[in-house]
Amino acid sequence: MSTQIQDERKVLTIPSPKAKLREIAIADRMNSSLEEATPVQERRIKIETRNLNFFYGKQQALFDNNLQIDDKRVTAIIGPSGCGKSTHLRVYNRIFELYGGQRTTGEVLIDGKNILDPNVDLLELRRKIGMIFQKPTPFPMTVFENIAYPLRLHFKLGKSEIADRVEESLRNASLWEEVKDKLGTSGLALSGGQQQRLCIARAIAVQPEVLLMDEPTSAIDPVVTLKIEETILELKKRFTIVIVTHNMQQAGRVSDYTAFFYRGKIVEFGETSQVFTNPREKKTEEYITGRFG
Amino acid sequence: MTIDTLFRRLCFTCAILLPVLLLCIFASLAFHSTQAWKTFGFSFLFSTDWDPMTDKYGAFPSIVGTLATTGIAMIFAVPLSFMTAFYLSDIPRHSSAPLSAGLDLLAAIPSVIYGMWGLFVLVPFMQTKIQPFIVHTLHLKNCPLIGGEYNGFGCFTAGIVLALMVIPFISAMMRDVFMMTPPLLKESAMGIGCTRWETARDIVMRYGLRGLVGAVFIGLGRALGETMAVLFIIGNTMTIPKGIFGSGTTIAATLANHFAEADGLLKSVLFALGIILLILSFTVQILTQYFLNRAKAKRGER
Amino acid sequence: MKRRSPVFRKIEERAARVVSILILTVSLGAMLGIIGTTLIRGLPVLSWSFITQPSKPYGIESSGIANAFQGTLYITAMATLITLPLAVLGGIWLAEFGRNSRLGNAIRFCANVMMGIPSIITGLFIYAVWVVPTGHFSGFAGSLALGIIMFPIVLRTTEDMLLLVPDSLREASLALGMNRVRATLQVVCRSAKSGLITGILMAFARVSGETAPLLFTALWSNSWCGHYFSGPTANLPVLITEYTTNSPYEAQHAAGWGAALVMMIVILALNLLVRYFFTERKA
Repeated sequence: MSTQIQDERKVLTIPSPKAKLREIAIADRMNSSLEEATPVQERRIKIETRNLNFFYGKQQALFDNNLQIDDKRVTAIIGPSGCGKSTHLRVYNRIFELYGGQRTTGEVLIDGKNILDPNVDLLELRRKIGMIFQKPTPFPMTVFENIAYPLRLHFKLGKSEIADRVEESLRNASLWEEVKDKLGTSGLALSGGQQQRLCIARAIAVQPEVLLMDEPTSAIDPVVTLKIEETILELKKRFTIVIVTHNMQQAGRVSDYTAFFYRGKIVEFGETSQVFTNPREKKTEEYITGRFG
Repeated sequence: MTIDTLFRRLCFTCAILLPVLLLCIFASLAFHSTQAWKTFGFSFLFSTDWDPMTDKYGAFPSIVGTLATTGIAMIFAVPLSFMTAFYLSDIPRHSSAPLSAGLDLLAAIPSVIYGMWGLFVLVPFMQTKIQPFIVHTLHLKNCPLIGGEYNGFGCFTAGIVLALMVIPFISAMMRDVFMMTPPLLKESAMGIGCTRWETARDIVMRYGLRGLVGAVFIGLGRALGETMAVLFIIGNTMTIPKGIFGSGTTIAATLANHFAEADGLLKSVLFALGIILLILSFTVQILTQYFLNRAKAKRGER
Repeated sequence: MKRRSPVFRKIEERAARVVSILILTVSLGAMLGIIGTTLIRGLPVLSWSFITQPSKPYGIESSGIANAFQGTLYITAMATLITLPLAVLGGIWLAEFGRNSRLGNAIRFCANVMMGIPSIITGLFIYAVWVVPTGHFSGFAGSLALGIIMFPIVLRTTEDMLLLVPDSLREASLALGMNRVRATLQVVCRSAKSGLITGILMAFARVSGETAPLLFTALWSNSWCGHYFSGPTANLPVLITEYTTNSPYEAQHAAGWGAALVMMIVILALNLLVRYFFTERKA
């Protein structure tokens, strides 16, 4: 799959020596998954927002957001509550359009194509851009159906193919071993952490390119959180991941890049190691050192 | 005894009153209908007699009429209500709110007014417009269910009035179910690429199945035993309707027509009809509960 | 993997929306037709004497509906008075104490069944257990019949609405040191208030226009209702029935529409009022 995606896209950026250094820095931080977590891959931009503004009715929530998100990397969005980080994320798959009275200006380019264009096929957009929410949201169906249902929406598959895809997705979400004997039980009967990984499996089953995670571990205990973070590190080999989190340790553990949001503006954006160890902005430093937020 | 225990027992007494009441209803109807059952036995159920001169009575025409009108009503009402509820929950709040309020108010209109409207407006309209169209223009008079005779009155018209009557009820409750679905669940369905309709049909419907069926319940219960709306329109002949346009009667209509003047055996017969209606609705409820539990099991909740 | 074309899905989505708009238009239109007809046929009849005079046999001048209105008020108010506390407390038991118990399930089952019981049956029942023993029809018997209809509706709605309140709220209030009574009545019931009021309203709306149970209980009379406990009591629904079906006279048909209009206005106004006050407080 990855090769097929690759040849239809242009490489926009040439790896700099700095990027190499960053790879090493990251590898240092997560020496456990060192080998597979750092495939030597060229950087290219997957998502680019240009002057993105967002309005809830008359109230503006995002101000001129400019952000470049790299392909097959994890980008964390941090910031105090109410700073617009979830709002920003929810623009990427246009899920905010579910409710009236919310609108945007500016552009969000995904693979160079502006997805805020009214002519964009929303169903296809949302297949390509999976989303994981603050709370696990298994559908009121069996574990198997939870994954098979979106598969059937988007693909023409035979029975055995569906079963294969379900298993593959569950394996990729590192849930297979735990649920392989309970595929017929309700998705709601699983534990919180399992439910969240079920949602991840559901999202990746339809072969998205980007995964949006809106505080995916906020309703989940620390041990299971680590498990999900491991899953995220696995997943970044195949997907571009944007994760909103209020947990800075988490951002440090899983992300390659970090954007710091404050009052709807992007105050600082850079490599995670730099943002955390040597922030350029005073506001960032204050937030990271826990002086507010 | 603490105030909590006291409160708990008070609540319990109130709750247990309900089954007791239900038993009392059964017992009293059974008691008052014994004479009829002794006289006719169970053939009463399938007999089409109705002759006060010779004191011979049968329940069959009433039962058939009841089932037919209710069936027609639900065939119209359930899908219509679901779509209405879907639409109301789908459009922005500021435009759905007045529509919803309108529906709620319509649900408050007494059935007797629906009956009057049916009698004075819908019956002539059916007689002069709809039924000639179906029978003559569409040439459906040889279709066994329809038949060639019509006069505006009858099961079909009664069914439509019943449907109109229960739609506000069912759709208001269904709308609540749609609205009560957690927004995150809807978002995740849309987020995976479902259309709004698919979200409603596959996710919200499953999530709120109990509520939706509950809504249908209320409608069904109302339609099955509705007296006034049907009484004015059904035609009140003590015969089995010939086709869906035919006149007939329902159990409730028979009761309303004859109870006040009845005595002796006829009164007992009417109580017997009453208990048949009671058992009928009882059965419907039990069946629906059974299907509900099956649906839950399929969803993996049990 | 073979992709499924979204075209069909999008057409389906469009179709669903168009169909639902059509349906809404047709059913709202038909129902507005009902209101319109009642207005058109009822308005010419309305006059001061129509509203203030009691009903009189056909042929006597200045017949009205005041006694029927009074009777309906007595009957429905008494039904609510009797039933509401019982049903709400019963609902609280189901939601708060009997949630997963066998008995709770049995009672819930009975309530579901009872909601499906046709209203005319309660008329028969009250006829058998109240009218026959006391030897006379009465408005109070009518109240009892209507009360029985309200009971399961209010009980189940109470339960459903309380169950929607998250358990964390219950635990939080108990953790604050409230006793169960206060936690239930002040916190749980309050946060479920919107649903409760809607439910009670629906029950009230349903019974206030109920005719069938009154046919054999409250019956009907042309006098003021001085005999609420001991004799046939005038009421609007049965008056309408009498005037439309059992009367050959045009004048009485017209009076029936007038009565229907008054009943409709009162019920709708009541609904609007409660809705208005209720949303007011919520905001």
